[in-house]
Amino acid sequence: MFAVAAVLAALALALAWPVPVVLAKARWPRRMPGSALVLWQAIALAGGLSMIGSLLVFGLTPFAGDLPHAAEAFASDVLTGRLPADANFFQMFALAGTVLLGGHLLLNLVRTAWRAERQRRHHAALLRLLSDPVPERPGTRVIDHATPVAYCLPGAPRAVTVLSAGLLDLLSEDELAAVVAHERAHVSQHHHVLLVAFSAWRSALPWFPIATRAHEAVGLLVELLADDQARRTVSERNLSRAVARVALAAAADGDRPAGGAVPPAGAPAGVQPRSGEWADARLARLTGEATPVAPAFRLTVLACASALVVVPTLMLLGPAVR
Amino acid sequence: MAGRIVVNLGELERAIMDVIWDSATPLAAADLRESLNASASQGKELAITTVMTVLSRLEAKGFVVRDRGARPHLYRAAMSREDHVAELMHEVLGSASDRDAVLARFVGQVSARDAERLRRLLEA
Repeated sequence: MFAVAAVLAALALALAWPVPVVLAKARWPRRMPGSALVLWQAIALAGGLSMIGSLLVFGLTPFAGDLPHAAEAFASDVLTGRLPADANFFQMFALAGTVLLGGHLLLNLVRTAWRAERQRRHHAALLRLLSDPVPERPGTRVIDHATPVAYCLPGAPRAVTVLSAGLLDLLSEDELAAVVAHERAHVSQHHHVLLVAFSAWRSALPWFPIATRAHEAVGLLVELLADDQARRTVSERNLSRAVARVALAAAADGDRPAGGAVPPAGAPAGVQPRSGEWADARLARLTGEATPVAPAFRLTVLACASALVVVPTLMLLGPAVR
Repeated sequence: MAGRIVVNLGELERAIMDVIWDSATPLAAADLRESLNASASQGKELAITTVMTVLSRLEAKGFVVRDRGARPHLYRAAMSREDHVAELMHEVLGSASDRDAVLARFVGQVSARDAERLRRLLEA
């Protein structure tokens, strides 16, 4: 039991620090966004599982030789109100930590999802009052604002793609169609669910690279995936020209009020370079500069992702593992 | 459906807000009804109770403010249309942390170095 707890703790530490830092810096995930997204999800899941699991297993060491039996013994001891003779303070502390950490992660997920839903409803109510449907593009609305912007509001009864008047002025008809296809892809692939989950993870553990880096990396990966989905129906040329035009307009817009490139104190580091880098990464992919990855590499990544989830689960549940 | 003023509550809310936003002074429910019925030249007339119901909904959502001191009650917009648009755009263009509900906008800002690359791409 103690060995299992130690291995899980080491895994939790690796997944909380070095692994996400290295993965966030790597360039190859941009060449295979789908597999990379699976890997990030596996890291988050395995990270949470091993964090909670190591505390739980350590805390339950005095009760039995493996987790399922120890949990059973613990439950009956709780009911009778006594502890085994060799149970010590640290183990009880770990058990309390298990409950607190598990509750903290769960509450953050619920809170983030609830807040996002409330925000979505408010946004949708405002949109109904302030934007006009585009008759020739179902599910699309136009808002009278000069900044060229497009985004998607997911949800019931149906998602809506919002285009600003400034965007309609900036882009050709074909480029607009490309933007709409990209935004639709976000919705059909349920990217908002992923983003809310990683956002909850970030708000639960703001001081861990696992959470902050993951949220950022996943943000770019879903953009790349939406591009991939969009270019099945629209031309890469129109999509990349739309990205370039909107990015240039945003750059011109951003220069005006700021007057300089110095970010305000306390602003999250790298926010502006990051989104610029996003446009760059998307264009590299769309204009064919990014080479495809070898199938063997993709398989390795997917195998690592499944091992990350399966191994800690087996360590927790398998009575054979001591 | 031809000739009907509105199809659903959402559209009625919108029509009422448009009249309130365009009016220079606070309006009573009867004024609103009159102006809505006047703008729809034919078809079924709106009942005053329908207008009052929609106004209560809009008040509950924080879009209109009711002056209960006046007889009849007067309604005005809580914020101008432009301010509401600015609020929406702030949610979209603002920092990532307060934007969970809205999917990332199409493209963020770019650095000057990238901008040059983008220009070359558009000229190609």
